[in-house]
Amino acid sequence: MGLLSKKDTRLILDPLADDNPITIQVLGICSALAITAQLKPSIVMAVSVIFVLGLGNVVISLMRNIIPSKIRIIVQLIVVATLVIIVDQVLKAFAYELSKELSVFIGLIITNCIIMGRFEAFALGNGPWKAFLDGVGNALGYGVILIIVGFFRELLGSGTLFGFKVLGDSVEKTGLYAIGYENNGFMVLPPMALIVVGIIIWVQRSRNSALIEEN
Amino acid sequence: MHTFWVCVLTLQYLKKVSTAVGLGAAVIFVLTVTVPLNWFLDQYILQPGALAWLDGNRETPELSAYADYDLSFLSFILFIATIATMVQLVEIIVEKFSPSLYNSLGIFLPLIAVNCAILGGSLFMQSREIETAALALNYGFSSGIGWFLAIVAIAAIREKIRYSNVPAPLRGLGITFIITGLMAIGFMSFGGMLTGGDDLPPAPQAQTSQTTIQPAIEKEIETTPLVVSE
Repeated sequence: MGLLSKKDTRLILDPLADDNPITIQVLGICSALAITAQLKPSIVMAVSVIFVLGLGNVVISLMRNIIPSKIRIIVQLIVVATLVIIVDQVLKAFAYELSKELSVFIGLIITNCIIMGRFEAFALGNGPWKAFLDGVGNALGYGVILIIVGFFRELLGSGTLFGFKVLGDSVEKTGLYAIGYENNGFMVLPPMALIVVGIIIWVQRSRNSALIEEN
Repeated sequence: MHTFWVCVLTLQYLKKVSTAVGLGAAVIFVLTVTVPLNWFLDQYILQPGALAWLDGNRETPELSAYADYDLSFLSFILFIATIATMVQLVEIIVEKFSPSLYNSLGIFLPLIAVNCAILGGSLFMQSREIETAALALNYGFSSGIGWFLAIVAIAAIREKIRYSNVPAPLRGLGITFIITGLMAIGFMSFGGMLTGGDDLPPAPQAQTSQTTIQPAIEKEIETTPLVVSE
């Protein structure tokens, strides 16, 4: 595609793996982990963050020359808060049940460190198109982790995916349950999200030893 | 509280108990100030019908000309503005009165503004419909203490873990995640201890248990909607 130069493609692809915002840069875990017990809220959260970060990066990038550096944190917070309000209102209008389930965690996107981190590190120093790609790339990297965690937690915790009983019925003992398989109720509790992310980090760093920390 | 702990992880360089104590104290302070402040904002500006006091109908909002106004969609922006302002104010005051504290807290104070424990405190205060300003104060303070305990414990574990033989790919971040997860499980046992039996009779009008007012001591423990919906 002529639209994306090689450098632009890297902006999108790097955060997906080797520069992933969650597992490498350690940003934005805050609001994510509580909602990954099921796949559907994880995907909604990922899409919301893609919207907020992509658009927010463009807005900050357009304003980068007129924001006084002393009050830039507040300006950034206001931009994020406005975008998050839009997401929240849209969810309330079109997916009310889901927005009840996500409750305050949509609001906590505001303090998601990925967003402020990208504003500070990228949008304040680059043009709007690049900032947009960077924002979408990082939000995708975040979304990938969220969806992986959501997938395993829902599959192992409730034996379903998107609410469909892929492993059989646990009450009527069909499918896997017929041979004695049981759901791991622990997986639906929030602490397991941390442990699953820890395991993802373990796998990733075993594959790529350049990422291993000193200690 | 455990959903907030993960903010701790963003402080990768937080590896000493002494800095953790300072940061925890700052968070307790900011939470104690911002939660009641945001409670007043919520009660007198944001809630549906909250503007009734403008024409003297605070007690009987349905008579007021402002009864139909619902500004609750503005809560994110107002809450975060209050928090950012308060953090800035705290920074100025601390710098003036205790330069030594300022020097040790210096790098952390701006970070507190984007700490989700702070905004989370205000948002949970709103979604749980806390009744009085005193309860809101209590809620902010207790949340701060919960966070303080968690962050000090994590910093202490990280101080000690340097002497352990952690598998190389898990070093640093990975093991911190797993420790935090295990700690969260540990703290959940407090939940079972203190709240057992509380949630038996479901209130007829409340949709889920986390929207009802819970006793002060239970506020330490986070019941996420997902757990409830299972």
